Amino acid sequence: MTSMMIEIFGIAILAGIVGAVLGLGGGIVVTPALTLLFGVDIKTAIGASIISVIATSSGSAIAYIRDRITNLRVGMFLEVATTVGAITGAFIGGLVAPNVLYMIFGLLLLYSAYAMVKKTKDELPQEVKLDPLAEKLNLQGEYYDKALQKTVKYNVDRVYGGFGVMYGAGVISGLLGIGSGSFKVMAMDVFMKLPLKVSSATSNFMMGVTGAASAGVYLFRGDINPFYAAPVAIGVLVGATIGARIMQRLKSKTIRKIFIPVMAYVAIQMILQGVGIKI
Amino acid sequence: MSTNPTNEQKMQEEIFTAELFVSRVLRIGVLCSGFVILVGILWFLISGDSGYPGDVYPTTLMEMFEGAVQGKPFAVMLIGLFLLILTPILRVGITVLVFVKAKDSLYIGITSLVFVILIISLLLGKVG
Repeated sequence: MTSMMIEIFGIAILAGIVGAVLGLGGGIVVTPALTLLFGVDIKTAIGASIISVIATSSGSAIAYIRDRITNLRVGMFLEVATTVGAITGAFIGGLVAPNVLYMIFGLLLLYSAYAMVKKTKDELPQEVKLDPLAEKLNLQGEYYDKALQKTVKYNVDRVYGGFGVMYGAGVISGLLGIGSGSFKVMAMDVFMKLPLKVSSATSNFMMGVTGAASAGVYLFRGDINPFYAAPVAIGVLVGATIGARIMQRLKSKTIRKIFIPVMAYVAIQMILQGVGIKI
Repeated sequence: MSTNPTNEQKMQEEIFTAELFVSRVLRIGVLCSGFVILVGILWFLISGDSGYPGDVYPTTLMEMFEGAVQGKPFAVMLIGLFLLILTPILRVGITVLVFVKAKDSLYIGITSLVFVILIISLLLGKVG
């Protein structure tokens, strides 16, 4: 029993590091690890993974907000789209075929992975126009990049596009109950052209907020088993704290290189599910 | 606002101090929840007893609190997890205050809207 908890704790540390660096929340590691390595049923695994999302978010946010990498305005503004989307998704549940959505969003994600490949040479977004709406909403910002050792000022482009993708991601997560970390980073990086570090930190911030609402539901439905969720929480908190330090010192180019295959993997998984193959 | 740079600078300063405050409160929240979860885990591992028969664990807040008061490790862990779940909500709440301090009415509105939508979705019981 003790050794199993220690093993889960170790995997959770890894999940926290990955989640904090990429802005994906850590569910991408926790769910498959618990089901495949420990034979935990999918419901319990999802319950533990939603805990890992919150732990990644809160654990990394301490450093990201203090160091001003998180763009609170962008996060809150896009959060409107995600949460309204999630409610829409919950309501239209029976009306739309999830397969179609899986396909559409899988392809969109694949396209984004491709768009990211083209950006691998650029450390920071180049010559981004300030969208008039972004100016009105005061979305532009700056942060101190520890890898480049300089303050990076950035503009925000295509606010409508980013907002639209976030709404769609919200619908999908409300409809299918899947995490949407990769969509959040995609909306901010590919559409709004924010620096990757800002996108990742802001995505983590947002995921904790949406995650908290669903975690409450899971908790009182009895889907959060403390035997798995407790070591996951502690491990991920430790991992996310380490991850937030590592991420700031990594070059955006390096983070992007880790991000692209992960994104392609999620995209292919979604497309396969769209055509009826479950992994 | 660009016509008055000093005013904008002052606002940026205020937001920075407020963001530091958010980070600090968050750290306290995370440390508290982490501590409670850890106490639960260690208690469980040392005593070898979850406080409940088999795979049973409490699922209502009432049961969790009662169990924790009676010193049942699973209940203590769940209380810690519940505190952890509250940290992002706490964060939204404090972020509203950050914008209030910066007198940014647009974002007071947006953040409050998010807060209300979150509560609604929590009540609907469905959100990604």
